[in-house]
Amino acid sequence: MSDRTGSGVRFDGVTVDYDGHTVLDALDLTVEPGEVMALLGPSGSGKTTALRAVAGFVRPAAGRVHVGGRDVTGLPPHRRGIGMVVQSYALFPHLRVADNVAFGLRARRTPKAETAARTAEALELTGMGAYARRHPRELSGGQQQRVAIARALAIRPDVLLLDEPLSALDAGLRSGMLAELARLHRELPHMSMLYVTHDQVEALTLADRIAVMDRARLRDCGTPQELYRSPRTEFTASFVGNANLLPVTVTAGGVSFAGRTLKVPAGQAAPGAAATLCVRPHLVGLGPGPNTLRGTLAEVQWRGATHRLTVHVGGHRMLADLRELREPPPLGAEVELHFAPDDAVLIGAIGTEAGHGRDHR
Amino acid sequence: MAATTADLVRARPRTAPARLWALPPVAVLALVFLYPLALVVRESLTPGAYARVLGSHAFQDALGTTVWLAAGATVGCLVLGFVLALILAFVPFPGSRAVARFIDVFLSFPSFLVTLALLFVYGTVGIANGLWTGATGDGDGPFDFLTTPWGVLLAEITYFTPFVVRPLLAAFSQVDTAQLEAASSLGAKPARVVRQVIWPEALPALAAGGSLVLVMSLNEFGIVLFTGAKGVTTLPTLVYGKAILESDYPAACVVAVVNIALSTGLYALYRGVSRRAGAHR
Repeated sequence: MSDRTGSGVRFDGVTVDYDGHTVLDALDLTVEPGEVMALLGPSGSGKTTALRAVAGFVRPAAGRVHVGGRDVTGLPPHRRGIGMVVQSYALFPHLRVADNVAFGLRARRTPKAETAARTAEALELTGMGAYARRHPRELSGGQQQRVAIARALAIRPDVLLLDEPLSALDAGLRSGMLAELARLHRELPHMSMLYVTHDQVEALTLADRIAVMDRARLRDCGTPQELYRSPRTEFTASFVGNANLLPVTVTAGGVSFAGRTLKVPAGQAAPGAAATLCVRPHLVGLGPGPNTLRGTLAEVQWRGATHRLTVHVGGHRMLADLRELREPPPLGAEVELHFAPDDAVLIGAIGTEAGHGRDHR
Repeated sequence: MAATTADLVRARPRTAPARLWALPPVAVLALVFLYPLALVVRESLTPGAYARVLGSHAFQDALGTTVWLAAGATVGCLVLGFVLALILAFVPFPGSRAVARFIDVFLSFPSFLVTLALLFVYGTVGIANGLWTGATGDGDGPFDFLTTPWGVLLAEITYFTPFVVRPLLAAFSQVDTAQLEAASSLGAKPARVVRQVIWPEALPALAAGGSLVLVMSLNEFGIVLFTGAKGVTTLPTLVYGKAILESDYPAACVVAVVNIALSTGLYALYRGVSRRAGAHR
């Protein structure tokens, strides 16, 4: 039990059971003071449960939760001093914006003058200063979420929990709010943020580190660059960004796939071992080049800036995201794809439990 | 095919025959309700009846008893109902759903059943007094309040509380759990959460349930007759006494008219309140 100065969150073998089945399985994870940690995973992966364990809304069956070096496992939510923002905003409908923001300060019996000053400050910080006298129902979704963030920030928490905070907003607003959250973090550098999301873009954009969760367990944890450029498991590869995952056999100086030898950095993998080769679709090129693969064009999707080609290579589906083609090849045509050796990552047999044939999106 | 027929019927313009369909309900209403009501009002207009009745102590006492019993029952039901609904909705305990469902059934019980039950518990030969006399050997037990206004009040609160609990449970099911969680993560203790988050959401339901109880307890007859038979007279039992026991029909009608005016006034208030509550959602 090392005591940390400053803040941060530490999960110590936290297990949560619900109706006899485990929704969070022995989570060990540390969020450093001032760090933004994204909990990324599909629904039912246990990421929200982990966040609720920090807030105090679920009681772990085993393990301890530490906030700022203090064991809070047995504390009720109102004594934890944690800010929380949820997808549904959860503003108090009968209170004006300013009273919503002041709620936490009044609950702490903060002196009146200070309450007013800090309420105004929090509203300024989120750009909602002009709306203090409005009721929540008079605001748009994005504005309501800003008020919810101001309300959580007004109590000056050391830890801010965000549970899918942007999921109820439309795409344009979402990217604006992402930039806003990043700015908030620059202005409040000592506040740790635990950000639950199923959206890889949000995680990649905002997080200092990403914890990838699946089926109640922590699968991987690292910086966005580490997880994106050199994923350690197939699940990480396919969930953090898109990925072509090709079953290969390691050979001397490369791998063999569908009867062809490909030049890739093999690392320490022993020749003859089965492994998975991860190639990002946007790093695949059309036409001959290094590591050329031949296949049949099965599908073409035009996405405006890019064309997504689905090509069947030796019985495997391979995706290529190409800069918009003037003249995409006809369906059923024989096409050549290639990728640079350095753009491929060999994933060992460690992560193969994620299974072959998953949808690579 | 059925839908087409229905559409045809609906599409038919509203003509005179359609308006004729309004006649039977209006006729029935007039025959069984409006005409007797008019008779009651006419009977009450017998010369001198109003002055005689409104000036009598019996009437003034009954009016006072009626109003304070109704007000007391309403306040009691609101307090008890709010606490019960709060526990049922927000404190998960095994069987809370069964209890909530039982409240629905309770609404369909006749009012004298409660009175009978209270008689068995607190009556002169009831369980409570039986235990006392058994334990102390005294001739009489200490519980002798059933025939007083307090006994009527207890019975009315017992019987009418579910009428407050029901709308409150509906209102509480609309309260967003995320709001309660947000409040407590902001540092609010349970009492503050109830006061500042749950209470404002409950107000429309409390107003609606409270006005309903007020009107119903104002007109309650069975409970008063059963429980307070000896000492307690309210407007409805006064009507009964004047008409059936004394055959003083003009006086009975005057009391009835006052009672009707009181409850229609309150009903108008109740409608106003519940409409505002409905508009609030």
